[in-house]
Amino acid sequence: MSNIDAELDRLIAPGRVQRRIYTDPAIFELEMERIFGAAWIYIGHESQIKRPGDYFATRMGRKPVVLVRDQEGAVRVIHNQCAHRGALVVATDQGNAAEFTCCYHGWTYHLDGRIKAVPLNHGYPQDFDPKNPKMAMLPVPRVKSYRGFVFASEANDGPSLEEWLGHMTTSLDDMIDRAPDGEIEVAGGVFKHAYDGNWKVYFENLCDAAHPLFTHRSSIDAAQQQSDEVHSDGAGEIAIRQMRQNGAPYSFWESQVGIWTYPNGHSYLGDYHDDAKLVAALKDPVFREYIAALERTKGKAEAKRVLEVRRWNSNLYPNVSLMSQFQQLRVVHPIAVNRTVVHAYSFRLKGAPGQMFRNTISFANIVNGTGSLVLTDDLEIYNRLDMGMSSEGSEWLQIGRGYQSDVGDAHGGRRGKNSTSEVYIRNMLDAWLGLMTKGHAAPVRAAS
Amino acid sequence: MVKRRRSKTKPSAPSRRPVLVARHRAAHRATEALDLNRCERFLQHEARLLDEGKFDDWLALFTPDGCYWVPSEPDQDNPHDTVSLIYDDRRLLETRVRRLASPRIYSQEPRSRTSRIVSNVSIEDGDNNACTVRSKLLMVEYRRGAQRLFAGTAFHRLVQADGLILIASKRVNLLNCDAPLDGIVVPF
Repeated sequence: MSNIDAELDRLIAPGRVQRRIYTDPAIFELEMERIFGAAWIYIGHESQIKRPGDYFATRMGRKPVVLVRDQEGAVRVIHNQCAHRGALVVATDQGNAAEFTCCYHGWTYHLDGRIKAVPLNHGYPQDFDPKNPKMAMLPVPRVKSYRGFVFASEANDGPSLEEWLGHMTTSLDDMIDRAPDGEIEVAGGVFKHAYDGNWKVYFENLCDAAHPLFTHRSSIDAAQQQSDEVHSDGAGEIAIRQMRQNGAPYSFWESQVGIWTYPNGHSYLGDYHDDAKLVAALKDPVFREYIAALERTKGKAEAKRVLEVRRWNSNLYPNVSLMSQFQQLRVVHPIAVNRTVVHAYSFRLKGAPGQMFRNTISFANIVNGTGSLVLTDDLEIYNRLDMGMSSEGSEWLQIGRGYQSDVGDAHGGRRGKNSTSEVYIRNMLDAWLGLMTKGHAAPVRAAS
Repeated sequence: MVKRRRSKTKPSAPSRRPVLVARHRAAHRATEALDLNRCERFLQHEARLLDEGKFDDWLALFTPDGCYWVPSEPDQDNPHDTVSLIYDDRRLLETRVRRLASPRIYSQEPRSRTSRIVSNVSIEDGDNNACTVRSKLLMVEYRRGAQRLFAGTAFHRLVQADGLILIASKRVNLLNCDAPLDGIVVPF
């Protein structure tokens, strides 16, 4: 490891990055320790564990953990490992339990991870103590919910969640503010799409305003040529409208979208949808009903403010990305240096018309679906990045678009003067380098 | 290309060649029931079109309001309240098939090759002119050095008009529908 340590800050230069950070297994191992084992990692949403005993088994980096609501109603994140011989305790994705029991020898745990019972408890050494807090399904040291979004950190100290997220809490707020009743819930299932490539390339594509017109050409063309006279039950119509929006000209992507970045690797791209059936517009009867509901509960001024927030992907470094305007949330799970799985969830806005959630589902199918006409070309890009980077081609990759024209912004931010600026990649790599070399993501500004 | 074929395949407004075929079949099959033998031959014909990459011809097998569905969950109730690996109404299905013909569909560069086996065919319910057919599907997909195996149960709602069998809806329940999956581009 020490060799790598000496080399880390030579892997990133202004506007350039060495391809090795995406392909070197030793660097990946270090990332699991210093990024996924230290930073605030998104775990799940409280609506997935509404009642005491509700649990949701997931991973924090590569480590299996359980998000659970204990009998007192507190939200916990505990390691999914039996203290006895180390077996995985919770083997189903989600459910409700009064206690957790290991299938191997029947060790039983309280919902907060403390040992409840040890069968055949005799003959152990004197210091064997089932009440020892270190012998448990160990809790992750820090767990914090921001308005229902649960994050956890393996670091005992460091910035608070709100300090870590900074201005990006406004994107989480936007997810919630859009609900007329002020409440949202995970609903409608989950996509789990996978690719053979590094986890970072996924994040580095989400605010890339320069790729849709090229990468998604096949679906743009097919959608633009589609007759609207052909039967649709509404689902296909939403998908086709979304695909057509990807076909906006370069001039639009360059000047009309906007790209903002903030400390700790976070960023968001402005939304580019202007279709009346995709974004809340009075022309659509479902949205008319929705806007009326929003105005009823929040008042006209607040409803107007909410609807004027227009963000596409908000990336909360290092593992979660939201489309607040479209009720989507994606969690990036690194599996190996060249394998990544992304879980994509939809949210229901409480108090919104029922049809609006059905439109959300149709939207999810096209932007996050494993069989989507759009996403499948992104997955192909991620695969090709890994294949290409395995070559002995250029050692340095170029991430310099907009480098000379980016400008400073409020809240410690930096934004692209041109919306296709790769400033958000440089910003992520600054956070990456900070976490990898200094244990915190404070600006190192090697890439930017 | 797809647009032209679409108008040809509408039973209500077929162009010249399909009309002749339809009339010919109608003369012989107007009273022929949708029995197991015919349904099985139809499914094998469909599988062959897909294996041979004749997606336009596959699209022509669907009714003008037909739909194609691959749920994301076992026992998924409907395609509207839960996400689906694929849920295409007729309009989106046309777009999907048109994209498959695009020279710029990068996720099919190189193209997949597929080999399907359709078996255990049974008629679940229906009458002489419409029925639901259940079958088992095994599909092997080869692309760029890797081979994937898909297994599942298909439910075809088949209808008969003027002696032609058409798909009113097709549902494919994949065995691993809720697993992490790499991109799915070629229809099942």
